[in-house]
Amino acid sequence: MSQPIQVPTMAEMLARGETPEILFWVGCAGSFDDRSKKITKAIVRILNHVGMKFAVLGTEESCTGDPAKRAGNEFLFQMQAMTNITVLNGYEVKKIVTGCPHCFNTLKNEYPALGGNYEVIHHTQLVQQLIDSGKLKVQGGEFKGKKITFHDPCYLGRGNDVYEAPREVIAKLDVELNEMKRSKQNGFCCGAGGAQMFKEAEKGNKEVNVERTEEALSTNPDVIAVGCPFCMTMMTDGVKHFNKETQTKVMDVAELIATANEL
Amino acid sequence: MEYIDNILFAVLLGAGGFLFAKNIGKIRRNILLGRDVELSDNKSLRWKTMIRVALGQSKMVTRPVPAILHFFVYVGFIIINIEVIEILIDGVAGTHRVLSFLGPLYTFLIATFEVLALLVLAGCLIFLARRNVVKLKRFISKDLDGWPRSDANYILITEVLLMSAFLFMNAADRNLQIAGHAHYHEISASAFPISGLLAPMLSGLEPSSLVFVERFTWWFHIVGIIAFLNYLPYSKHLHILLAFPNTYYSNLKNKGQFTNLESVTTEVKAMLDPSFTPPPPPETPQRFGAKDVQDLTWKQIMDSYSCTECGRCTSSCPANITGKLLSPRKIMMSVRDRADDIGKNMDANGGTFQDDGKSLLGDYITPEELWACTSCNACVQECPVNIDPLGIIVDMRRYLVMEQSASPTELNMMMTNIENNGAPWQFSPADRLNWANEE
Repeated sequence: MSQPIQVPTMAEMLARGETPEILFWVGCAGSFDDRSKKITKAIVRILNHVGMKFAVLGTEESCTGDPAKRAGNEFLFQMQAMTNITVLNGYEVKKIVTGCPHCFNTLKNEYPALGGNYEVIHHTQLVQQLIDSGKLKVQGGEFKGKKITFHDPCYLGRGNDVYEAPREVIAKLDVELNEMKRSKQNGFCCGAGGAQMFKEAEKGNKEVNVERTEEALSTNPDVIAVGCPFCMTMMTDGVKHFNKETQTKVMDVAELIATANEL
Repeated sequence: MEYIDNILFAVLLGAGGFLFAKNIGKIRRNILLGRDVELSDNKSLRWKTMIRVALGQSKMVTRPVPAILHFFVYVGFIIINIEVIEILIDGVAGTHRVLSFLGPLYTFLIATFEVLALLVLAGCLIFLARRNVVKLKRFISKDLDGWPRSDANYILITEVLLMSAFLFMNAADRNLQIAGHAHYHEISASAFPISGLLAPMLSGLEPSSLVFVERFTWWFHIVGIIAFLNYLPYSKHLHILLAFPNTYYSNLKNKGQFTNLESVTTEVKAMLDPSFTPPPPPETPQRFGAKDVQDLTWKQIMDSYSCTECGRCTSSCPANITGKLLSPRKIMMSVRDRADDIGKNMDANGGTFQDDGKSLLGDYITPEELWACTSCNACVQECPVNIDPLGIIVDMRRYLVMEQSASPTELNMMMTNIENNGAPWQFSPADRLNWANEE
């Protein structure tokens, strides 16, 4: 933990005449939200540890437009998208890893029609690739034998059919991975998607995140693993709702890997 | 007078077929009220999807009990309809069991139909019990209050009656054969494994009464089928036909990908790039998003006519489960109701729609329903015939936001933030990389 992280920007790399292997798209939550910044740093620690040549856009990054599009504001979405595409194409970006399934989905699926064609992967997929290629050795560390349940982010799972990457990464930690009743294709939303993160829920008799956290807690986990900064917020709030913060932590898959390996 | 039965039958068949074609034509017209959308790409994948999802019922298996029961009814329905071919020939030509020359094959077929008929009968009775006795949550939902709930029961009761008629027809026929009655030539007894069990119930009857039972059930069965066919266009049961084209035209892209509004692209390009020459505007300017069914695509309207109101979507919807007003099933039912109402309006006004002061958004679907959606795709995943309620919800949100500026206040703030500082929260873009230097 003691080593300072190295976060080169695309501009710096270009100035040095270098080209990164991959662009790390941090996302708004990963940049500004205090809890999510820790996920961002965990991803960077993994990248630093394996010596991967990456860069971020830094202040040149802007919202992908995902929440605007889900809310119905196609204008704002396309304004954001085209501005970002100009920046990305200017740097001749080929490959992107995101720390957020919403950025992942938008960049991967919705930018091509507007002129942005990149190979986009989610950070759990990158970690899986690093493990599979032998570049990243993973040990269970403090999580060995612990009970973990994984909450599928909608835009990673159902939205893009990525179910195995996060699970395979977690399995490497030598933990007891318990599935919730509603998982993978049948996963249950945390309640934040579709721009709900930014508004009060409509009138109902329960909060979606409370329903989901209840289900997660029923597996009696030491850790609820997530792969999305918004799920992180919703599940963390849910765990607080049930006063279970001391028994159950909510952690991103990247944080599990970084923590277990003392990166 | 000897041909009166045959003539009556042929007239009934012709009238039934004509009426059915006419009503299907109306539904086709209603579907084509929607905007055009290009879905003719990737034919081989489309065929495969249709075969897997509609023919193979691949998405039913997630709920094993209804999957098995539905499979009985589905297979029974398709296979027993082979028997209808014989009934049609017999009816028109005045023959009796014209295909019995097939010998052992015929025996095998009739026996199979009988077993299937029993399975259909059992399936429908259990389905009726699930709706009316067990009262499963998705069937007692207020979505189904009124006609939709009766519709479901009518379908099941009709199928029970049709299958009962079929089995009693065979039982009477079998007894007449054994009695050596003229016109009823002997078929192997093994053709009647189920009706053979019913036969003792008819054993006290005179041959003339048996003939009456046989003829009555024969007519009941075939007239019932013709009537049922004509009931389809008014019923949720239309899914037995539309499941096939609807899955053929499935969305083949990742479910997370929302459609791109090209009309917006043109305007955004014109704003960002002064040298961009926009193409000439279309003759009829298109709305942003959907206010009424004409703003949806024909596929979205077809989705609504393919919906059999099973409620899997709603029972997996996080908004609905937590008590919000949104029900994806109800969204689909509202789209069909609106398309039907527009169709009726057109029929009453010589084929052109007279503005009735109503629209899908507002009169059939409320903003509160739309704003409850988390866009999680659970409804889309669940649908056994690949209906996409989410696309409709998003198109209606687009209308609310882009045409009416009617988004919830907090979402307006979020969008203002994105516009001004490139993030949904009020942070300065200059601080975006601060995390890298914080401990």
